[in-house]
This record gives sequence, C-alpha cells and structure tokens, in this order.
Amino acid sequence: MADETFRDEAEVTERGIDPFTEDPAARLAEQIAEQAERELEGPGLEPEQEVLTINMGPHHPATHGVLRLIVTLQGEQVIDLVPVMGYLHTGIEKSCEDKSYWKVIPFVERMDYLSYFFQMEAYCGCIERLVGLEIPPRAKYLRILHMELDRIMSHLVWLGTTALDIGAISMLWYCFRERDRILDLFEMSSGQRMHTRYFQVGGVFEDIPAGFEQKVRAFCEEMPVRIDQYEALLDRNEIFLHRTRDVGVVSRERMLELGVTGPLLRAAGEPWDLRKAEPYLAYGDFDFKIPIGTVGDGYDRYRVRLQEMRESVRIIEQCLDGLPEGPWIADDRKYVLPPRDELSTSMEALIHHFKLVTEGYRVPPGELYYPIESPRGELGCFVVADGSSKPARVHFRDPSFVNLQSLRDMSVGGLIADLIQNLGMLDPIIGGVDR
Amino acid sequence: MPDAPGLELIAQGIEEGRQNTVIETSFEHDRATLVVNPEGVLHVLTWLRDTPEQGYTFLASVHAADYLPATPRFAVHYELLCRERVERIHVKALLEDPAAANGDSPSEAGLPEIDSCTELFPTADYQEREADDFFGIVFRGHPDLRRIAMPDEYVGWPQRRDFPIGGEPVLYTHNEIEAPRWFE
Amino acid sequence: MEVERQSLRARQLRARDLLRGDLEGKDLEEYVEERLLTTTLENVLNWGRSNAIFPMTFGLACCAIEQISLVTSRYDIARFGAEAFRATPRQADLLILSGRVSIKMAPVVRRVYDQMLEPRWVMAMGACSSSGGMFANYAVVQGADKFMPVDIHVPGCPPRPEAVLHGLNKLQRLIRGRPDLGWRQRYNAVGTEEWARFESGKPTQEALDRAAAAIRSVDEGEGENA
Repeated sequence: MADETFRDEAEVTERGIDPFTEDPAARLAEQIAEQAERELEGPGLEPEQEVLTINMGPHHPATHGVLRLIVTLQGEQVIDLVPVMGYLHTGIEKSCEDKSYWKVIPFVERMDYLSYFFQMEAYCGCIERLVGLEIPPRAKYLRILHMELDRIMSHLVWLGTTALDIGAISMLWYCFRERDRILDLFEMSSGQRMHTRYFQVGGVFEDIPAGFEQKVRAFCEEMPVRIDQYEALLDRNEIFLHRTRDVGVVSRERMLELGVTGPLLRAAGEPWDLRKAEPYLAYGDFDFKIPIGTVGDGYDRYRVRLQEMRESVRIIEQCLDGLPEGPWIADDRKYVLPPRDELSTSMEALIHHFKLVTEGYRVPPGELYYPIESPRGELGCFVVADGSSKPARVHFRDPSFVNLQSLRDMSVGGLIADLIQNLGMLDPIIGGVDR
Repeated sequence: MPDAPGLELIAQGIEEGRQNTVIETSFEHDRATLVVNPEGVLHVLTWLRDTPEQGYTFLASVHAADYLPATPRFAVHYELLCRERVERIHVKALLEDPAAANGDSPSEAGLPEIDSCTELFPTADYQEREADDFFGIVFRGHPDLRRIAMPDEYVGWPQRRDFPIGGEPVLYTHNEIEAPRWFE
Repeated sequence: MEVERQSLRARQLRARDLLRGDLEGKDLEEYVEERLLTTTLENVLNWGRSNAIFPMTFGLACCAIEQISLVTSRYDIARFGAEAFRATPRQADLLILSGRVSIKMAPVVRRVYDQMLEPRWVMAMGACSSSGGMFANYAVVQGADKFMPVDIHVPGCPPRPEAVLHGLNKLQRLIRGRPDLGWRQRYNAVGTEEWARFESGKPTQEALDRAAAAIRSVDEGEGENA
C-alpha cells in the first residue's frame, strides 16, 4: 500500500488533472483543508495526520462485485487508491488444463459473466484457427447475432447498475426489463438464459428455432424506442450531468499506455474497435459505425455505450436480413459431433461420436492468441496446444483486468463520490478481473 | 501481421542492436512470433516500439506459460500491436527453471527472473503481477510485485503444471467408502 | 342497523355467559375456536418474519445478476415482501450467497455472516455456493456449508429467478415452523438410505452424535467446521 502524503501540484498536473484551476470541488476541498489547518492552532498538523485510509471492502454495494479498494482520503478528496483483487479467483485457467477441449467451453463462459458469448467466441475461434477449421457462413451470422444481443444486454446491465450507483434508481427496472427480453431470446435459441454453451468449435450448437427471427425483429423495432427513452431520462438530466461531466478524465495517450481498450478508449477519442480494425467472423459484411467521444469523461463513456447499443441493433437487423441458409456447424466429424439421426445408421458416425464424447478431439501442437472486441474491450484468448486432447494452457487477456489500472488515474484528485461514478463508468466485471 | 520476409527483417534489425537476442522466428496461423533470449527482452521491446518503421506501441497482453516436460520450462509471451498498420507481433521469451537443474526446491535454487517492461509499457503492471502470482516468475524492476489473485500468504504458484489442481473428489457410490464425510 | 347492533350485543352477552362456565372442556374449545383466531405470539412473529425478510446485497458472481433480476419487475421479489435489500449485515435477515466463494473471500463471508443479528438465514443460491459447482479446484470452497450453516440450497447454474423464488417460499415455510418434510418422509421411504460403510447397514449412534455435535457447534459459531 502506498505510503505517500498529498501529492504536490506538479505531479498531479502531469497526470492531466489540474485541480487548482479546473476542478471546483478539489479547489473547495483544498480551501477547507487549509482553513482547517489555520483554525487548529498550536503545533501544525502534518499532512499525514489529516489523511484517512479507508477500506471499501470486498462486500460493498457499489463496487460492482467483490473488488476491494483501499482509498486514502484527505477530507473527501481521494489521494491514493489501491485496488485489491482476487476475491473471486476461481482458478478457471487451471481447471481448463484438466478438461478436454469442448468441456472447457462452459468454464470460459463464466469468467466475465455478462459477456459469455464473447468468451465462447474467443475460445472457439482460437481452437478453430489452431485446427484450421472453417465454419459455415450461417454459423458466422448466428454467432454475430448472439454476440451483438449479448453486447446490448451487457450495456443494459451496465446502465442499470451504474445509474443505480449514481442515484437514478428507476433506470435499473427499465434496463432489466429489456434484459429479460433478450434473455428470452437466448432461452429460445439455446435453452438457457445465461451461460448457454451455444457456440461450439465448428459453429453453433443448434439451429435457431422457427419464430426466433420474428421475435428478434420485434425486439429490434422496440429497442431503439427504449434507448430513446433512456436518453430522455438521463441525457439532459441536470444531476446526471453534474455528476458525470468532466469527471474521471484521463487523456487518450495515458489510456493507450495503460492498455485500456473498448468504450473507455473510444470515449477518450481513439477510434479503435477490433470489429472494424481486424474484422473477424463476418463483421466485414455489415455497415455500422463506431461511436467516439471527445473529452473522455463519464458523460462521454455513457454516450458511447448508448450509441453502441443502437449500432448493435443495426448489426442485428442486417444480420437477420442477410442470414444465409445452410449448415449451422461444420461437418468435419473429427471435431464436430455428427447429427443424432445418423448414429443409428452409420457405424462411422457412431465411432466419431464415441471418440469425441469420451476422449475428445486432439489439437495439433501450437499456440495462438486470438483477440475479439467484447463489450469491455479487447478480449484475447491464448491457447497452448500440445497435441493431446486437453489444452496445455488457456489464458484470457481480460479487458476489465487491464482497464482497472486506469481507475487510479481517473480517481486521484477527485472526490470519493466521483470514485463511485468512475468505477461505474469503467464497467469492471470482477469475474473477468479475477478469473 | 508482418509476413515471413518482414519478420526476417525485424529479426535482423534486432540483431544489429544486440547480438544473440533472437533465437528463432516462426510464422504460424498467420501470426509472427519472435523467440528471444530473456536477457534481451527489453531491447527487443524497445526496438519494436521506438523504431519508426515498426511502431508497435500498444502492448496487448503479457502472459506466461509453463511447458513442463519441455525445457526451457517457462515462457513469457508479449503480444504487441501496431495500431496504425493493424499488425500484431508475438514475442516469446523462454526461461529456464533454476530449480530443475539440480533438483532443488524453488526456495533454495531461486525463481526464474526476467526484466520488467513496466517502464516501457505501464499496462504490464497488473499482468506481470499475475504471471508472478501464478508461475513464480520474478520481474526485476517491477514497482510493486506482490500477489494479485491468491491470498497474500499463499504458498505455491498455482498455475504451474506440477501444482495439483485441488478440490475434492466427487462422491459417487463407488468411491464413497474412501472419501471421508465432513462429520468424521 | 339497530337490529344488527342489538343482535351483536345479544351475542356478546351470550358469549360472556357461556364463557363463565356453561360450556365445558371440548365444547368450550370448539366454541372458542370458531369465534376467535387462536395463535401464539411466536406464530405471529414467525409469520411476520417470513413475510418481511430483508435480504442482504451479497452478489459474488454470475448468480448475482440473476439476483438483481429477481428484484426487477418481471420476477418481482416484492410480491413476497423481500424487496428491501439491505447493504449492511446489521439490518439484514437473509444472506443470499449468489456466486462462487473463493478461498480469499471465505473469511469475509464468514465475518459478514457473524455480523448479522439473530434470527438469520442463509440461502446458497446456485451450484457454486451449495457445493463448489463445476469448479473442483484449489481456489473455490466446495460449498459454503464448509464454513457456515446454510438453510436452503437452490440448485442451478445460474438458477432461474423462479427457482430462487421457490427456494424463498420454502424458506418462508421453514421460518413459520413448518419445515418442508424431506422427500423420504413425504413418500414414506425412510430406511432406504445407503449407508454402505457401516456393517450393520445403519449409522452407529456415536457417528450420529458426532454429526449432531458438529452441527450444533457450527450454529453456535465456534469457528470453521472441519
């Protein structure tokens, strides 16, 4: 834990925050501190003695999960911040080394538990590239459809919980109402609301049922109306503006140095999105925009995510319009289960099925890092295959883990209430941070 | 990604600056990988970041892996990205395990060490701490190297291949005689 | 109106006369039961407790998101009176452990549980807090009942919100003093347990005593169990 006194002006200015001219709250805090020092006659109090270190412990309603923050305060101004992680460490990466390749899919889903389709895609995509398996176009479109629905769902949960932290409590109910509609769609296609195990190596597990397309179209018609309603509630809300405008600003260069990606980086002004930069699956076929912010404060992050929801709806509509017919999973029986109706007629299919279910397929030796764009940033999956039927190492470069490094830069110099807001706008999912 | 000839040029450029740094280059699955000597890793990263034609200014990931029966045992992987040309390059530094040479335990023989790149890329801060926590790889020069995910007083490096996976045996009828109940 | 008031008065006078001694024993009891709601203070308190449970916001992992969706409008937990989620353990009755309990988090959970005031209940929501779930490894405690008493387990990964509400209903019945009979009692199947390791086919009395003592010691908060 850092053992420092209040930083002097020069250091703080370097980080891009100038509290003594631009931030009225910090100026006020400084004035109060000076006045308090003046009032207390006698031996002058050292700055260390005015500093309070508190522990926003792992069990806290506002830390979006079990994140422990050791905050050093002077009055209400945050001087230093040390996050302590590990309270949700589940050893997923070690467990994956013990399971055959397809059994790993439910494990990796549960890391960042709001973007489960993205983790499945990162892992399945990595294995498909290692093996050299091409997935059929219908599978690509179905994967994109589900991933964009997941992106909207993740942003809805973010909006609901962050607005709850800031004080706009009714947003939670509105956002979760839409989220329940999306989970109904997931349940329709895969049978489960969360953690669906829908993507498999080679494509998707099952084709979408009849009636799914109509329901998704109905959802896509209604969703922009709902986003308009959310914007009407929050966009020009004076309290929301006061709390998020010019709060938690970190410069674009500093964000890049810290390795931050995703909506945080885009809000700071850098047009970097892996869906456009390194198109994977079939993202090259779709016409969508990437929302960019200008200032990089909390308000920009909010606007970027809301606009991303709109763009995701556009992608889903285009996906449905162009959904190709055909198989939904590759037909290479070495890696993909044969359809069940063949098991009673073909001996080969039975042997393939047996081998895949008991031992699993073997992946030739090699290692690969495959990044995709999850709702929080660059989600990369690194797999080391050693030729056996179990992976030798599965590692996820989780965006929340790396983005959390920017929390200190955002919050130092601000008030503790702004820390809560920064944490909300950062959108960390502690399952991804700790894995 | 730099293609195979481009990768050779990169390897040559690095070797001009510091001899015996690049051990191997490989180009698989459309990815370029440079296998380097761990002592020269800072030189390689600086060269890749600062040389104007290269410009790999974004470090996407630092992670470690344990290749246990093979030697050298550990490897630290760096994923670098050049945003202007959208190219990725993968740098791999292989580390020997000092404990394996003469069969000592890590507390006697020492832990594998490599230089930390937090000066060059501040994003490596938490990621190197994670590699240290799970594999025991010491990053020289890291400002604050302590455990990140395991409890502070934990003994052992969980993601090493010889660390047991832990947990309890699942009780079925065939093994419930061997497995103790919680009240016994 | 006048007639009704008169008849009520007449009935009251008659009741008073009767209670003075005209009815005896069983007749008196039946007469009183038909006319008064008999209860004891404890029943009333338990009824109140079960219908006004204050859960605590203790979301750990994925199940926490389903727990939040319990509060929201579709799977409304306010129907059962439990919508007042308290952040502080001092004011909460029910600790819903939603998510996997890692070894670093276990002492924190125990401390929060110790800070809760009696009467308190624990619901292990999901497979991970009931039994370690799919994570049988070094980092996850294999079931929260390794270190704290759990009243009700809700299976699922994550359980549907309806399943959690069903668990909540069972807990409410438990609180009202009518614990749901286990399925063996309900289907008259007592005696079908497999106690393979005991030669006589039944657990010995001392094993049962040790189990009972272990349960009691956990309830009295004597620290971690085994």
